[in-house]
Amino acid sequence: MKVLVPVKRVIDYNVKARVKADQSGVDLANVKMSMNPFDEIAVEEAVRLKEGKGHHAANTAEEIVAVSVGVTQAQETIRNALAIGADRGILVQSDTDLEPLAVAKVLKAVVDEEKPDLVLMGKQAIDGDNNAVGQMLAALLDWPQATFASKVEIKDGKAQVTREIDGGLQIIEVTLPAVITVDLRLNTPRYASLPNIMKAKKKEIATKAVADYGADTAPRLKVVKVTEPPKREAGEKVADAAELVAKLKSKGVI
Amino acid sequence: MAVLVIADHDGATVRDTTHKTVTAASKIGGDIDILVVGEGAKAAAEAAAKIKGVRKVLLAESAGLGKVLAETVEATVLPLAEGYDAILAPATTDGKNFAPRIAAKLDVAPISDIIEVVSADTFVRPIYAGNALETIQSSDAKKVITVRPTGFDAAEEGGSASIETVTGGDAPKTTFVSEEKVKSDRPELGAAKIVVSGGRAMGSSEEFHAVMDPLADKLGAAVGASRAAVDAGYAPNDYQVGQTGKVVAPELYIAIGISGAIQHLAGMKDSKIIVAINKDPDAPIFQVADYGLVADYKTAVPELMTALG
Repeated sequence: MKVLVPVKRVIDYNVKARVKADQSGVDLANVKMSMNPFDEIAVEEAVRLKEGKGHHAANTAEEIVAVSVGVTQAQETIRNALAIGADRGILVQSDTDLEPLAVAKVLKAVVDEEKPDLVLMGKQAIDGDNNAVGQMLAALLDWPQATFASKVEIKDGKAQVTREIDGGLQIIEVTLPAVITVDLRLNTPRYASLPNIMKAKKKEIATKAVADYGADTAPRLKVVKVTEPPKREAGEKVADAAELVAKLKSKGVI
Repeated sequence: MAVLVIADHDGATVRDTTHKTVTAASKIGGDIDILVVGEGAKAAAEAAAKIKGVRKVLLAESAGLGKVLAETVEATVLPLAEGYDAILAPATTDGKNFAPRIAAKLDVAPISDIIEVVSADTFVRPIYAGNALETIQSSDAKKVITVRPTGFDAAEEGGSASIETVTGGDAPKTTFVSEEKVKSDRPELGAAKIVVSGGRAMGSSEEFHAVMDPLADKLGAAVGASRAAVDAGYAPNDYQVGQTGKVVAPELYIAIGISGAIQHLAGMKDSKIIVAINKDPDAPIFQVADYGLVADYKTAVPELMTALG
Protein backbone atom coordinates (compact mmCIF):
# COMPACT_ATOMS: atom_id res chain seq x y z
CA MET A 1 0.00 0.00 0.00
CA LYS A 2 1.15 3.50 -0.81
CA VAL A 3 0.39 6.30 1.61
CA LEU A 4 0.40 10.01 0.81
CA VAL A 5 0.87 12.37 3.73
CA PRO A 6 0.27 16.08 3.16
CA VAL A 7 2.21 18.26 5.62
CA LYS A 8 2.05 22.01 6.29
CA ARG A 9 4.64 24.45 7.54
CA VAL A 10 3.01 26.65 10.17
CA ILE A 11 3.91 28.94 13.08
CA ASP A 12 5.26 26.83 15.95
CA TYR A 13 2.45 25.92 18.34
CA ASN A 14 4.22 27.48 21.31
CA VAL A 15 4.45 30.90 19.67
CA LYS A 16 1.76 33.45 20.38
CA ALA A 17 0.71 34.92 17.04
CA ARG A 18 0.99 38.68 16.73
CA VAL A 19 -1.30 40.67 14.50
CA LYS A 20 0.43 43.19 12.19
CA ALA A 21 -0.23 46.85 12.93
CA ASP A 22 -1.68 47.42 9.44
CA GLN A 23 -4.22 44.62 10.06
CA SER A 24 -3.10 42.80 6.91
CA GLY A 25 -2.38 39.55 8.69
CA VAL A 26 -0.28 37.83 11.33
CA ASP A 27 3.40 38.74 11.54
CA LEU A 28 5.41 35.68 10.53
CA ALA A 29 8.77 37.42 10.01
CA ASN A 30 11.44 35.91 12.27
CA VAL A 31 8.91 33.62 13.91
CA LYS A 32 9.74 29.99 14.62
CA MET A 33 8.00 27.72 12.10
CA SER A 34 7.41 23.97 12.47
CA MET A 35 5.43 21.14 11.01
CA ASN A 36 1.75 21.43 11.89
CA PRO A 37 1.37 19.18 14.99
CA PHE A 38 -1.56 17.22 13.51
CA ASP A 39 0.50 16.48 10.39
CA GLU A 40 3.32 15.10 12.52
CA ILE A 41 0.81 12.61 13.94
CA ALA A 42 -0.24 11.67 10.39
CA VAL A 43 3.39 11.05 9.38
CA GLU A 44 3.96 8.98 12.53
CA GLU A 45 0.89 6.85 11.79
CA ALA A 46 2.06 6.26 8.22
CA VAL A 47 5.47 5.15 9.50
CA ARG A 48 3.79 2.82 12.01
CA LEU A 49 1.79 1.34 9.13
CA LYS A 50 5.08 0.58 7.43
CA GLU A 51 6.77 -0.75 10.55
CA GLY A 52 3.83 -2.81 11.73
CA LYS A 53 3.50 -0.93 15.00
CA GLY A 54 0.38 0.23 16.76
CA HIS A 55 -2.60 -1.67 15.42
CA HIS A 56 -0.95 -2.45 12.15
CA ALA A 57 0.48 -5.56 10.56
CA ALA A 58 4.03 -5.17 9.26
CA ASN A 59 4.36 -3.79 5.73
CA THR A 60 0.81 -2.48 5.66
CA ALA A 61 2.42 0.46 3.89
CA GLU A 62 5.23 -0.03 1.39
CA GLU A 63 5.87 3.56 0.47
CA ILE A 64 5.20 6.86 2.22
CA VAL A 65 5.21 10.04 0.18
CA ALA A 66 5.18 13.37 2.03
CA VAL A 67 3.81 16.33 0.10
CA SER A 68 3.68 19.99 0.98
CA VAL A 69 2.10 22.88 -0.88
CA GLY A 70 3.84 26.08 0.07
CA VAL A 71 6.89 28.33 -0.01
CA THR A 72 10.46 27.07 -0.67
CA GLN A 73 11.10 26.72 3.06
CA ALA A 74 8.36 24.08 3.26
CA GLN A 75 11.16 21.82 2.06
CA GLU A 76 12.36 21.75 5.68
CA THR A 77 8.94 20.47 6.73
CA ILE A 78 9.17 17.68 4.16
CA ARG A 79 12.73 16.94 5.33
CA ASN A 80 11.32 16.59 8.83
CA ALA A 81 8.74 14.07 7.58
CA LEU A 82 11.53 12.15 5.82
CA ALA A 83 13.49 12.07 9.08
CA ILE A 84 10.48 10.56 10.88
CA GLY A 85 10.38 7.85 8.21
CA ALA A 86 8.69 8.98 4.99
CA ASP A 87 10.41 7.65 1.86
CA ARG A 88 10.34 10.62 -0.48
CA GLY A 89 8.88 14.07 -0.77
CA ILE A 90 7.11 16.37 -3.19
CA LEU A 91 7.15 20.13 -2.76
CA VAL A 92 4.54 21.96 -4.75
CA GLN A 93 5.89 25.47 -4.64
CA SER A 94 3.61 28.42 -4.23
CA ASP A 95 4.66 31.95 -3.32
CA THR A 96 1.20 32.86 -2.15
CA ASP A 97 -0.64 31.24 0.72
CA LEU A 98 -3.25 29.11 -1.02
CA GLU A 99 -6.75 28.75 0.36
CA PRO A 100 -7.86 25.30 1.58
CA LEU A 101 -9.98 24.73 -1.55
CA ALA A 102 -6.97 25.44 -3.77
CA VAL A 103 -4.74 23.18 -1.65
CA ALA A 104 -7.34 20.41 -1.93
CA LYS A 105 -7.33 20.79 -5.72
CA VAL A 106 -3.54 20.66 -5.93
CA LEU A 107 -3.51 17.61 -3.66
CA LYS A 108 -6.14 15.96 -5.84
CA ALA A 109 -3.83 16.41 -8.83
CA VAL A 110 -0.95 14.91 -6.82
CA VAL A 111 -3.17 11.95 -5.86
CA ASP A 112 -4.18 11.45 -9.50
CA GLU A 113 -0.49 11.24 -10.38
CA GLU A 114 0.79 9.22 -7.41
CA LYS A 115 -2.25 6.95 -7.01
CA PRO A 116 -1.90 6.26 -3.28
CA ASP A 117 -4.25 3.85 -1.51
CA LEU A 118 -4.55 6.09 1.49
CA VAL A 119 -4.15 9.78 2.28
CA LEU A 120 -3.33 10.41 5.94
CA MET A 121 -3.37 14.02 7.06
CA GLY A 122 -3.92 16.34 9.99
CA LYS A 123 -7.49 17.28 10.89
CA GLN A 124 -6.63 20.98 10.89
CA ALA A 125 -3.71 23.36 10.60
CA ILE A 126 -3.14 25.45 13.71
CA ASP A 127 -2.79 28.69 11.73
CA GLY A 128 -5.94 28.85 9.58
CA ASP A 129 -7.90 26.54 11.91
CA ASN A 130 -10.13 25.62 8.96
CA ASN A 131 -10.42 21.87 9.41
CA ALA A 132 -11.43 21.48 5.77
CA VAL A 133 -8.73 20.29 3.36
CA GLY A 134 -9.06 16.55 4.07
CA GLN A 135 -12.83 16.58 3.67
CA MET A 136 -12.54 18.59 0.44
CA LEU A 137 -9.86 16.31 -0.97
CA ALA A 138 -12.07 13.29 -0.27
CA ALA A 139 -15.00 15.00 -2.00
CA LEU A 140 -12.96 15.98 -5.07
CA LEU A 141 -11.71 12.40 -5.37
CA ASP A 142 -15.11 10.90 -4.55
CA TRP A 143 -13.38 8.88 -1.88
CA PRO A 144 -14.83 8.09 1.54
CA GLN A 145 -13.50 10.08 4.47
CA ALA A 146 -12.80 9.30 8.10
CA THR A 147 -12.10 12.47 10.02
CA PHE A 148 -10.78 13.08 13.56
CA ALA A 149 -9.27 9.60 13.81
CA SER A 150 -8.01 8.39 17.18
CA LYS A 151 -7.46 4.80 16.02
CA VAL A 152 -6.86 3.34 12.57
CA GLU A 153 -6.83 -0.33 11.59
CA ILE A 154 -6.21 -1.37 8.00
CA LYS A 155 -7.52 -4.77 6.91
CA ASP A 156 -8.69 -6.38 3.66
CA GLY A 157 -8.82 -3.21 1.61
CA LYS A 158 -10.70 -1.36 4.31
CA ALA A 159 -9.86 1.00 7.14
CA GLN A 160 -11.70 0.75 10.42
CA VAL A 161 -11.41 4.13 12.05
CA THR A 162 -12.38 5.28 15.53
CA ARG A 163 -13.45 8.91 15.32
CA GLU A 164 -13.62 11.48 18.08
CA ILE A 165 -17.08 13.00 17.99
CA ASP A 166 -19.00 15.30 20.33
CA GLY A 167 -20.22 13.09 23.13
CA GLY A 168 -17.80 10.22 22.65
CA LEU A 169 -16.39 7.95 19.97
CA GLN A 170 -17.71 6.54 16.71
CA ILE A 171 -16.31 3.67 14.70
CA ILE A 172 -16.77 3.59 10.92
CA GLU A 173 -15.35 1.44 8.17
CA VAL A 174 -14.30 2.98 4.87
CA THR A 175 -13.34 1.24 1.66
CA LEU A 176 -9.87 2.13 0.40
CA PRO A 177 -8.75 4.33 -1.21
CA ALA A 178 -9.81 6.84 1.42
CA VAL A 179 -8.81 10.05 3.17
CA ILE A 180 -8.22 9.85 6.92
CA THR A 181 -7.67 12.99 8.99
CA VAL A 182 -6.00 12.45 12.33
CA ASP A 183 -6.72 13.74 15.80
CA LEU A 184 -4.22 14.40 18.59
CA ARG A 185 -4.82 11.17 20.41
CA LEU A 186 -4.00 8.85 17.51
CA ASN A 187 -0.36 8.51 18.53
CA THR A 188 2.67 10.25 19.99
CA PRO A 189 5.07 11.22 17.22
CA ARG A 190 8.67 10.12 17.68
CA TYR A 191 11.62 12.44 17.74
CA ALA A 192 13.73 12.14 14.63
CA SER A 193 17.14 10.74 15.64
CA LEU A 194 20.34 12.30 14.30
CA PRO A 195 21.14 9.28 12.07
CA ASN A 196 17.63 9.48 10.65
CA ILE A 197 17.99 13.22 10.07
CA MET A 198 21.24 12.48 8.20
CA LYS A 199 19.56 9.73 6.18
CA ALA A 200 16.69 12.06 5.34
CA LYS A 201 19.14 14.40 3.61
CA LYS A 202 19.75 11.72 0.99
CA LYS A 203 16.09 11.12 0.30
CA GLU A 204 14.59 12.65 -2.79
CA ILE A 205 12.35 15.71 -2.80
CA ALA A 206 10.78 16.51 -6.17
CA THR A 207 10.06 20.18 -6.66
CA LYS A 208 7.03 21.16 -8.67
CA ALA A 209 5.06 24.32 -9.20
CA VAL A 210 1.35 24.78 -8.65
CA ALA A 211 1.10 25.57 -12.38
CA ASP A 212 2.42 22.07 -13.21
CA TYR A 213 -0.83 20.61 -11.99
CA GLY A 214 -3.16 22.96 -13.81
CA ALA A 215 -5.51 23.23 -10.84
CA ASP A 216 -7.74 26.28 -10.47
CA THR A 217 -6.27 28.00 -7.43
CA ALA A 218 -7.86 31.43 -7.86
CA PRO A 219 -8.70 32.89 -4.45
CA ARG A 220 -12.37 32.95 -3.45
CA LEU A 221 -11.93 34.73 -0.18
CA LYS A 222 -10.59 38.21 0.41
CA VAL A 223 -9.09 38.97 3.79
CA VAL A 224 -10.61 42.34 4.66
CA LYS A 225 -8.63 42.65 7.86
CA VAL A 226 -7.01 40.71 10.66
CA THR A 227 -7.45 42.16 14.12
CA GLU A 228 -6.55 41.34 17.67
CA PRO A 229 -9.31 39.76 19.71
CA PRO A 230 -10.71 41.91 22.50
CA LYS A 231 -8.18 41.92 25.31
CA ARG A 232 -9.01 40.36 28.62
CA GLU A 233 -7.42 42.06 31.55
CA ALA A 234 -6.19 40.17 34.56
CA GLY A 235 -8.70 40.58 37.36
CA GLU A 236 -8.11 40.42 41.07
CA LYS A 237 -6.68 37.82 43.39
CA VAL A 238 -8.88 36.65 46.21
CA ALA A 239 -7.59 35.50 49.60
CA ASP A 240 -9.65 32.35 50.02
CA ALA A 241 -12.58 30.27 48.86
CA ALA A 242 -15.09 32.18 51.00
CA GLU A 243 -14.12 35.49 49.38
CA LEU A 244 -14.32 33.87 45.95
CA VAL A 245 -17.85 32.61 46.59
CA ALA A 246 -18.89 36.04 47.91
CA LYS A 247 -17.55 37.73 44.75
CA LEU A 248 -19.28 35.26 42.44
CA LYS A 249 -22.54 35.67 44.36
CA SER A 250 -22.32 39.46 44.07
CA LYS A 251 -21.89 39.05 40.30
CA GLY A 252 -24.96 36.83 40.21
CA VAL A 253 -23.26 33.94 38.43
CA ILE A 254 -23.88 31.42 41.23
CA MET B 1 -32.12 34.95 -0.83
CA ALA B 2 -32.64 31.67 0.95
CA VAL B 3 -30.51 29.97 3.58
CA LEU B 4 -30.46 26.27 4.44
CA VAL B 5 -29.52 25.32 8.00
CA ILE B 6 -28.50 21.72 8.56
CA ALA B 7 -29.79 20.74 12.00
CA ASP B 8 -27.76 19.23 14.80
CA HIS B 9 -30.13 16.81 16.52
CA ASP B 10 -30.39 13.54 18.41
CA GLY B 11 -33.44 12.18 16.59
CA ALA B 12 -35.91 13.30 19.24
CA THR B 13 -35.05 16.97 19.47
CA VAL B 14 -32.77 19.60 17.98
CA ARG B 15 -29.79 20.80 19.97
CA ASP B 16 -29.26 24.38 21.06
CA THR B 17 -26.48 24.64 18.45
CA THR B 18 -29.17 24.54 15.75
CA HIS B 19 -31.01 27.51 17.32
CA LYS B 20 -27.76 29.47 17.35
CA THR B 21 -27.07 28.64 13.72
CA VAL B 22 -30.57 29.89 12.83
CA THR B 23 -29.65 33.21 14.47
CA ALA B 24 -26.53 33.42 12.29
CA ALA B 25 -28.69 32.57 9.25
CA SER B 26 -31.11 35.36 10.12
CA LYS B 27 -28.21 37.83 10.04
CA ILE B 28 -27.39 36.75 6.50
CA GLY B 29 -31.01 37.44 5.58
CA GLY B 30 -33.64 35.76 3.41
CA ASP B 31 -35.84 32.75 4.01
CA ILE B 32 -34.51 30.14 6.39
CA ASP B 33 -35.17 26.44 5.91
CA ILE B 34 -33.89 23.70 8.20
CA LEU B 35 -32.79 20.29 6.95
CA VAL B 36 -33.06 17.38 9.37
CA VAL B 37 -31.16 14.32 8.18
CA GLY B 38 -31.52 11.07 10.07
CA GLU B 39 -33.32 7.80 10.58
CA GLY B 40 -36.44 8.18 12.71
CA ALA B 41 -35.87 11.91 13.01
CA LYS B 42 -39.47 13.04 12.62
CA ALA B 43 -39.63 14.29 16.22
CA ALA B 44 -36.49 16.35 15.66
CA ALA B 45 -38.06 17.85 12.52
CA GLU B 46 -41.15 18.78 14.54
CA ALA B 47 -38.91 20.43 17.14
CA ALA B 48 -37.06 22.31 14.39
CA ALA B 49 -40.37 23.57 12.99
CA LYS B 50 -41.00 25.37 16.30
CA ILE B 51 -37.94 27.59 15.95
CA LYS B 52 -39.01 31.16 15.28
CA GLY B 53 -38.29 32.59 11.84
CA VAL B 54 -38.10 29.29 9.99
CA ARG B 55 -39.94 29.01 6.65
CA LYS B 56 -40.00 25.24 6.34
CA VAL B 57 -38.32 22.10 7.58
CA LEU B 58 -37.02 19.47 5.19
CA LEU B 59 -36.86 15.95 6.58
CA ALA B 60 -34.64 13.34 4.95
CA GLU B 61 -35.29 9.97 6.54
CA SER B 62 -33.98 6.61 5.48
CA ALA B 63 -32.27 3.63 7.01
CA GLY B 64 -28.94 4.70 5.51
CA LEU B 65 -29.11 7.97 7.40
CA GLY B 66 -29.18 6.45 10.86
CA LYS B 67 -25.88 8.00 11.73
CA VAL B 68 -24.55 11.25 10.40
CA LEU B 69 -21.98 10.24 7.79
CA ALA B 70 -20.42 13.02 5.73
CA GLU B 71 -21.15 11.17 2.51
CA THR B 72 -24.87 10.73 3.23
CA VAL B 73 -25.32 14.37 4.23
CA GLU B 74 -23.43 15.46 1.11
CA ALA B 75 -25.62 13.30 -1.14
CA THR B 76 -28.77 14.62 0.57
CA VAL B 77 -27.79 18.29 0.41
CA LEU B 78 -26.40 18.51 -3.15
CA PRO B 79 -29.76 18.10 -4.95
CA LEU B 80 -31.21 20.83 -2.69
CA ALA B 81 -28.28 23.24 -3.02
CA GLU B 82 -29.53 24.99 -6.12
CA GLY B 83 -32.35 26.63 -4.20
CA TYR B 84 -30.09 28.25 -1.62
CA ASP B 85 -27.59 31.11 -1.47
CA ALA B 86 -26.01 29.85 1.73
CA ILE B 87 -25.77 26.54 3.55
CA LEU B 88 -25.04 26.72 7.26
CA ALA B 89 -24.27 24.10 9.88
CA PRO B 90 -23.16 24.39 13.49
CA ALA B 91 -19.39 23.90 13.91
CA THR B 92 -19.86 20.64 15.80
CA THR B 93 -17.84 17.56 14.90
CA ASP B 94 -20.65 16.58 12.52
CA GLY B 95 -20.83 20.00 10.88
CA LYS B 96 -17.06 20.18 10.52
CA ASN B 97 -17.13 16.71 9.00
CA PHE B 98 -19.67 17.27 6.22
CA ALA B 99 -19.62 21.01 5.45
CA PRO B 100 -16.24 21.17 3.64
CA ARG B 101 -17.23 18.08 1.68
CA ILE B 102 -20.38 19.82 0.45
CA ALA B 103 -18.38 22.98 -0.32
CA ALA B 104 -15.86 21.09 -2.46
CA LYS B 105 -18.66 19.43 -4.44
CA LEU B 106 -20.16 22.87 -5.08
CA ASP B 107 -16.70 24.27 -5.90
CA VAL B 108 -16.89 26.96 -3.23
CA ALA B 109 -14.50 27.89 -0.45
CA PRO B 110 -15.94 26.82 2.91
CA ILE B 111 -15.94 29.34 5.73
CA SER B 112 -15.27 27.65 9.06
CA ASP B 113 -16.33 28.54 12.57
CA ILE B 114 -17.70 32.06 12.08
CA ILE B 115 -18.35 34.14 15.18
CA GLU B 116 -19.95 37.15 13.45
CA VAL B 117 -21.92 37.94 10.30
CA VAL B 118 -20.83 41.36 9.00
CA SER B 119 -22.96 41.17 5.86
CA ALA B 120 -24.32 38.49 3.52
CA ASP B 121 -20.82 37.86 2.13
CA THR B 122 -18.51 39.00 4.94
CA PHE B 123 -17.79 37.11 8.12
CA VAL B 124 -15.48 37.13 11.14
CA ARG B 125 -13.70 33.98 12.29
CA PRO B 126 -10.91 33.26 14.76
CA ILE B 127 -7.54 32.03 13.46
CA TYR B 128 -4.25 31.07 15.17
CA ALA B 129 -5.98 29.46 18.16
CA GLY B 130 -8.11 32.54 18.70
CA ASN B 131 -5.14 34.90 18.85
CA ALA B 132 -6.38 36.79 15.79
CA LEU B 133 -9.74 37.52 14.23
CA GLU B 134 -10.01 37.40 10.46
CA THR B 135 -12.68 39.30 8.55
CA ILE B 136 -13.18 37.61 5.18
CA GLN B 137 -15.30 38.42 2.19
CA SER B 138 -16.41 35.56 -0.02
CA SER B 139 -16.73 35.99 -3.78
CA ASP B 140 -18.48 32.64 -4.21
CA ALA B 141 -22.09 32.79 -5.41
CA LYS B 142 -23.01 30.20 -2.81
CA LYS B 143 -21.62 30.13 0.71
CA VAL B 144 -20.99 27.06 2.83
CA ILE B 145 -20.45 28.08 6.43
CA THR B 146 -20.01 26.49 9.83
CA VAL B 147 -21.12 28.57 12.80
CA ARG B 148 -19.39 28.65 16.16
CA PRO B 149 -22.38 28.27 18.48
CA THR B 150 -20.87 30.32 21.31
CA GLY B 151 -20.73 33.32 18.93
CA PHE B 152 -24.51 33.64 18.60
CA ASP B 153 -27.61 33.75 20.79
CA ALA B 154 -30.14 30.96 20.40
CA ALA B 155 -33.14 31.69 18.16
CA GLU B 156 -36.40 31.70 20.11
CA GLU B 157 -39.14 29.12 19.96
CA GLY B 158 -42.64 30.01 18.77
CA GLY B 159 -42.56 29.19 15.07
CA SER B 160 -44.81 26.79 13.21
CA ALA B 161 -43.05 25.89 9.98
CA SER B 162 -44.36 23.20 7.66
CA ILE B 163 -42.45 19.93 7.25
CA GLU B 164 -41.63 18.51 3.83
CA THR B 165 -40.02 15.18 3.07
CA VAL B 166 -36.96 15.05 0.82
CA THR B 167 -34.95 12.13 -0.49
CA GLY B 168 -31.95 11.06 1.52
CA GLY B 169 -28.58 10.10 0.08
CA ASP B 170 -26.42 7.07 0.76
CA ALA B 171 -22.77 6.28 1.39
CA PRO B 172 -21.78 3.13 -0.50
CA LYS B 173 -18.14 3.22 0.61
CA THR B 174 -18.68 3.95 4.29
CA THR B 175 -20.25 1.73 6.95
CA PHE B 176 -21.21 2.73 10.45
CA VAL B 177 -19.87 0.17 12.93
CA SER B 178 -20.59 1.41 16.43
CA GLU B 179 -20.75 4.35 18.74
CA GLU B 180 -19.71 4.87 22.32
CA LYS B 181 -21.34 7.85 23.98
CA VAL B 182 -20.21 9.17 27.33
CA LYS B 183 -23.25 9.16 29.58
CA SER B 184 -23.78 12.14 31.82
CA ASP B 185 -26.64 13.71 33.75
CA ARG B 186 -24.85 17.02 33.76
CA PRO B 187 -25.51 19.81 31.26
CA GLU B 188 -23.80 19.54 27.89
CA LEU B 189 -20.33 21.10 27.93
CA GLY B 190 -20.96 23.37 24.95
CA ALA B 191 -24.23 24.74 26.31
CA ALA B 192 -23.64 24.83 30.08
CA LYS B 193 -23.92 28.11 31.99
CA ILE B 194 -21.19 27.03 34.38
CA VAL B 195 -18.16 24.91 33.48
CA VAL B 196 -15.62 23.56 35.97
CA SER B 197 -12.44 22.33 34.32
CA GLY B 198 -9.63 20.28 35.76
CA GLY B 199 -6.03 19.94 34.68
CA ARG B 200 -3.10 17.62 35.02
CA ALA B 201 -2.61 18.61 38.67
CA MET B 202 -5.31 16.06 39.57
CA GLY B 203 -2.85 13.22 39.03
CA SER B 204 -5.28 10.40 38.30
CA SER B 205 -8.70 9.64 36.86
CA GLU B 206 -10.06 8.72 40.31
CA GLU B 207 -8.81 11.97 41.78
CA PHE B 208 -10.15 13.97 38.81
CA HIS B 209 -13.66 12.61 39.27
CA ALA B 210 -13.50 12.70 43.07
CA VAL B 211 -12.63 16.41 42.96
CA MET B 212 -14.55 17.66 39.92
CA ASP B 213 -17.80 15.68 40.02
CA PRO B 214 -19.11 16.83 43.43
CA LEU B 215 -18.19 20.45 42.63
CA ALA B 216 -19.93 20.25 39.25
CA ASP B 217 -23.02 18.73 40.89
CA LYS B 218 -23.13 21.43 43.52
CA LEU B 219 -22.97 24.17 40.89
CA GLY B 220 -25.11 22.42 38.26
CA ALA B 221 -22.07 22.72 36.01
CA ALA B 222 -20.58 20.73 33.15
CA VAL B 223 -17.11 19.28 33.62
CA GLY B 224 -14.31 20.15 31.25
CA ALA B 225 -10.63 19.31 31.16
CA SER B 226 -7.36 20.54 29.78
CA ARG B 227 -5.62 18.61 27.03
CA ALA B 228 -2.96 17.55 29.53
CA ALA B 229 -5.60 15.95 31.75
CA VAL B 230 -7.19 14.18 28.78
CA ASP B 231 -3.88 12.98 27.35
CA ALA B 232 -2.90 11.62 30.75
CA GLY B 233 -6.16 9.65 30.80
CA TYR B 234 -7.67 11.50 33.77
CA ALA B 235 -10.68 12.68 31.80
CA PRO B 236 -12.49 11.39 28.69
CA ASN B 237 -11.67 12.93 25.28
CA ASP B 238 -14.89 14.81 24.87
CA TYR B 239 -14.26 16.77 28.09
CA GLN B 240 -11.41 18.60 26.39
CA VAL B 241 -11.73 22.36 26.13
CA GLY B 242 -9.43 24.10 23.68
CA GLN B 243 -8.36 24.67 20.09
CA THR B 244 -8.43 20.94 19.48
CA GLY B 245 -11.38 20.21 21.73
CA LYS B 246 -14.58 22.11 22.46
CA VAL B 247 -15.02 25.86 22.47
CA VAL B 248 -17.12 27.03 25.40
CA ALA B 249 -18.30 30.46 26.50
CA PRO B 250 -20.26 29.94 29.71
CA GLU B 251 -21.30 32.58 32.24
CA LEU B 252 -18.74 31.17 34.64
CA TYR B 253 -15.63 29.11 33.89
CA ILE B 254 -13.66 27.73 36.81
CA ALA B 255 -10.20 26.42 35.84
CA ILE B 256 -8.69 24.22 38.51
CA GLY B 257 -5.08 23.14 38.27
CA ILE B 258 -4.87 24.36 34.66
CA SER B 259 -1.85 26.44 33.67
CA GLY B 260 -3.56 28.16 30.72
CA ALA B 261 -1.65 27.16 27.57
CA ILE B 262 -2.50 29.00 24.31
CA GLN B 263 -4.43 26.01 23.04
CA HIS B 264 -6.58 25.82 26.19
CA LEU B 265 -7.30 29.57 26.25
CA ALA B 266 -8.55 29.25 22.64
CA GLY B 267 -11.42 27.19 23.98
CA MET B 268 -12.58 29.27 26.93
CA LYS B 269 -11.39 32.85 26.86
CA ASP B 270 -14.77 34.19 25.74
CA SER B 271 -16.34 32.99 28.98
CA LYS B 272 -18.06 35.82 30.83
CA ILE B 273 -16.31 35.32 34.14
CA ILE B 274 -13.17 33.24 34.51
CA VAL B 275 -11.97 31.91 37.84
CA ALA B 276 -8.55 30.31 38.21
CA ILE B 277 -7.45 28.16 41.10
CA ASN B 278 -3.79 27.27 40.82
CA LYS B 279 -0.93 26.97 43.26
CA ASP B 280 1.51 28.56 40.80
CA PRO B 281 1.06 32.35 41.02
CA ASP B 282 2.83 32.76 37.65
CA ALA B 283 0.50 30.43 35.72
CA PRO B 284 -0.66 32.17 32.49
CA ILE B 285 -4.28 31.42 33.38
CA PHE B 286 -4.14 34.25 35.95
CA GLN B 287 -3.60 36.74 33.12
CA VAL B 288 -7.12 36.15 31.84
CA ALA B 289 -8.87 35.28 35.11
CA ASP B 290 -11.33 37.74 36.65
CA TYR B 291 -10.81 36.10 40.01
CA GLY B 292 -7.69 34.21 40.91
CA LEU B 293 -7.06 32.08 43.96
CA VAL B 294 -3.46 31.03 44.48
CA ALA B 295 -3.88 27.76 46.34
CA ASP B 296 -3.51 24.03 46.02
CA TYR B 297 -6.75 22.58 44.66
CA LYS B 298 -6.56 19.91 47.38
CA THR B 299 -7.37 22.50 50.02
CA ALA B 300 -9.14 25.08 47.83
CA VAL B 301 -11.83 22.82 46.39
CA PRO B 302 -13.03 21.41 49.75
CA GLU B 303 -13.09 24.98 51.10
CA LEU B 304 -15.02 26.06 48.05
CA MET B 305 -17.54 23.27 48.62
CA THR B 306 -17.98 24.42 52.22
CA ALA B 307 -18.32 28.07 51.21
CA LEU B 308 -20.96 27.14 48.65
CA GLY B 309 -22.94 25.59 51.49
